[in-house]
Amino acid sequence: MNFTLKVWRQKNADASGAFETYEAKDINPNMSFLEMLDVVNDDLTKRGIPPIAFDHDCREGICGTCSLVLNGDPHGPTQGTTTCQVYMRSFQDGDVIVVEPWRVGAFPVLRDLVTDRSAFDRIIQAGGYVSVRTGQAPEANGAPIPHRMAEAAFDAAHCIGCGACAAACKNGSPMLFVAAKVAHLNSLPQGQPERGERVLGMVRALDAEGFGSCTHTTACEAVCPKEIPYDLIVRLNREFLAASAQEAVTPHGHAGGAAG
Amino acid sequence: MSAILNPRVPEGPLAEKWTRRKNEMKLVAPNNKRKYKVLIVGTGLGGASAAASLAEMGYEVESFCFQDSPRRAHSIAAQGGINAAKNYQNDGDSVYRLFYDTVKGGDFRSREANVYRLAQVSTQIIDQCVAQGVPFAREYGGMLANRSFGGAQVSRTFYARGATGQQLLLGAYQALSRQIAAGRIKLHERTEMVDLVLEDGKAKGIIVRDLVTGELTAHAGDAVVLATGGYGNVFYLSTYARGSNATAIWRAYKRGAALANPCFTQIHPTCIPVTGDYQSKLTLMSESLRNDGRMWVPKKQHDSRPPAQIPEDERDYFMERMYPSYGNLAPRDIASRAAKRVCDEGRGVGPNGLGVYLDFADVVKRIGEEGVREKYANLFQMYNEITHEDAYKAPMRIYPAIHYTMGGLWVDYQLMSNVPGLFVVGEANFSDHGANRLGASALMQGLADGYFVLPYTLGDYLAGEKPGSRPKADAASFQTAHKESAARIERLLSIGGKKPVSEFHRELGKILWHYCGMARNDAGLRKALELIPQLRAEFWRDALVPGTGAELNQSLEKANRIADFLELGELLCRDALTRAESCGCHFREEFQEEGECKRNDADYAHVAAWTYNGEGQEPTRNVEPLTYENIKLATRSYK
Ligand SMILES: Cc1cc2nc3c(=O)[nH]c(=O)nc-3n(C[C@H](O)[C@H](O)[C@H](O)COP(=O)(O)OP(=O)(O)OC[C@H]3O[C@@H](n4cnc5c(N)ncnc54)[C@H](O)[C@@H]3O)c2cc1C
Ligand code: FES
Repeated sequence: MNFTLKVWRQKNADASGAFETYEAKDINPNMSFLEMLDVVNDDLTKRGIPPIAFDHDCREGICGTCSLVLNGDPHGPTQGTTTCQVYMRSFQDGDVIVVEPWRVGAFPVLRDLVTDRSAFDRIIQAGGYVSVRTGQAPEANGAPIPHRMAEAAFDAAHCIGCGACAAACKNGSPMLFVAAKVAHLNSLPQGQPERGERVLGMVRALDAEGFGSCTHTTACEAVCPKEIPYDLIVRLNREFLAASAQEAVTPHGHAGGAAG
Repeated sequence: MSAILNPRVPEGPLAEKWTRRKNEMKLVAPNNKRKYKVLIVGTGLGGASAAASLAEMGYEVESFCFQDSPRRAHSIAAQGGINAAKNYQNDGDSVYRLFYDTVKGGDFRSREANVYRLAQVSTQIIDQCVAQGVPFAREYGGMLANRSFGGAQVSRTFYARGATGQQLLLGAYQALSRQIAAGRIKLHERTEMVDLVLEDGKAKGIIVRDLVTGELTAHAGDAVVLATGGYGNVFYLSTYARGSNATAIWRAYKRGAALANPCFTQIHPTCIPVTGDYQSKLTLMSESLRNDGRMWVPKKQHDSRPPAQIPEDERDYFMERMYPSYGNLAPRDIASRAAKRVCDEGRGVGPNGLGVYLDFADVVKRIGEEGVREKYANLFQMYNEITHEDAYKAPMRIYPAIHYTMGGLWVDYQLMSNVPGLFVVGEANFSDHGANRLGASALMQGLADGYFVLPYTLGDYLAGEKPGSRPKADAASFQTAHKESAARIERLLSIGGKKPVSEFHRELGKILWHYCGMARNDAGLRKALELIPQLRAEFWRDALVPGTGAELNQSLEKANRIADFLELGELLCRDALTRAESCGCHFREEFQEEGECKRNDADYAHVAAWTYNGEGQEPTRNVEPLTYENIKLATRSYK
């Protein structure tokens, strides 16, 4: 198969970027999109053109590192997958493919298709954990957790933190990412003590990082490689309201407990 | 025993060694803890759990990883599960049994005391992770569920669907994040360690490269912990994340740390077969699939009928035939070799005959497609994405692939290398798996090291170092190392050759897979030892590394890692050549009995740990004898 790639090139965070056009020739339809880029890069290198920088690591759809927008779709045309799991057979021979980085203000471009997503780490630092001391945990089967509850927690916990939700959102809002972490921890007994503080902390960190706010277009759900449902955002909002109300009554950092 | 390898195993009965050692260890006073700085390289299960624990104890911690976020470490990809001797299933499991299975699984080439401790703390790991909110699978009544994994006859594996590593790593990452927020850990992401710095023979710092700006900086600490994962990418095609590399341990080796058993490489039987030359990685299908999937090939050679058209009596369920008591659940090296054997006989399936079937027809009949979906949904989906085939309807095709490196830096019982102050945890060390790692034991070891062992043993070391005595990062030793790193990068950039570095990597991988893969022999290894230096010379003559050192330069990152692989690959073959026996994953064709490993305990019941003697010099092979006080050295049989 043959393709024409229009790729966003940008030397560094301060430089302005532009699209460049490259041909990808004799591509095996079973190659992944990233393997195709490897081939193109070796060719560019030989021709003295700087290879295209892009982020990737596991190449099995779980690390959340890969992050390309293909023809306007974060993670490309395939539903419920990451870019590294997009195969060339999902395109037509001769297609023109536009390749861009995540377009989110809070994820500055570092080079070409590589962006800085450390804002997500800072959001987690604002409350996306359980404060348990190492080595002093109670016996695991001491508190049974119903199968259904564990499964629901897993469904939310499966978020890979890639940032596609923000990239798909017209406001650049990563609310789905925050909602997933909150749903994961707040739906388990272990997450209860910090329940309210977690929501307030993470949502405020999101604002502080300069992300936009959620206007419920559900574009995030449509592109999420792990199919995290939009409903979790509704739950997040409810939890946020309850925690804010409680904080208003007990303002000394006691927003935990009975929210929601 | 070699002069430089003192394993420091505590005296006394096996079951009491760890408690005894913990009671003997020196403590650091609480108000002194913050005066010590620990540099931890790696944020996978080993590194993240170690960083979180040490910071919480009060030490100042700096944490480094080359990915853009600690949550993306290779550990995230682990699928199947983590072992622990909880005996929740009441099937007779115990600390002793987990210990026994692990030593036997490693073909009696691991250190007894370490493995026993691993089995002991395994139960605490599960408690810790559940308390962090890791959503392990549960029974309907709310109790934790278990499944079984290769090499064990009990169900002791805890799992979170097919994403156990992800959930465990997120737990450790969240604990790490909490300490970052509290100001007790300073995180350096997109930062790669390129050298280790010693002062008076002790590890006191590292040189790192900022992968965005290219800047090299020196960092000083009172101790250095390497948690940098495995080096399986030396084979090019493997189940590892593309970034996994050997640089940190290799540079430590060049500074004097001993590298143990480099040739012990685990080959995993259930991976999606290679289909083309362009392929950049191999995808693992979790071993847990062997709980329900049955491995078979046609009895006839080159039988190209679709699987559904091959009647039952023309199928060879080779695992069940050859290993009746473990069947499809025999350990990985055994299953991998069995698959290789039937393919070598011309009975392999798929386009190039390098594949066997893993068939779920029976379990679909038993519990329905829905039931199977609940257990393995994401694995079946992944298989479908990659191969475009539906494994609910037709059997999966699988083939062995490089998956885990049991070798690594040599450490003593305290997890300290022979370089004082240099600690090594997780896959980067050699310690617990012997010649073969059983499933679900790497996650266990990573977390055991980081949450439950290192926090004690590192304190014991630091208690002997004067608080506030660490060197400044501009001391002479740091400046020298800094200059050497800069010169190396300059050298890579100025080769000015014609061949992209990935081509060297692919060629190295082919040499290693061919001559030092599932089966090795004297002649092949000698051949590889000729080919690798030639390839290395060509690399330094003809590699094409574009760009500069002062920018985000992924070609340079790759070149830097491949240069190390080209040296490590040679040591791997040298190690395989000197170990004139077969054990676990190390199958020397000259030493076999009916196709199974023939160990030589009289001459090789030891760890081989290599030390560097300078460029162009042969390294020294040091030996740590392995003594088994509690287990009789027995032939490892899974029949
Ligand atoms: C597909 C797959 C499935 C698996 N399934 C299982 C399973 O079911 N059960 C099981 O027990 N095991 C499993 N394993 C094995 C297990 O996941 C790994 O052995 C384990 O996670 C390794 O953890 P680690 O902390 O030692 O290293 P890693 O997770 O590899 O982390 C290495 C860290 O070191 C950093 N690093 C490396 N070099 C440098 C450097 N030079 N400078 C700075 N940072 C550096 C990286 O950034 C990373 O943070 C699986 C492995 C794979 C690939
Ligand atoms: S590279 Fe890991 S999810 Fe794509």
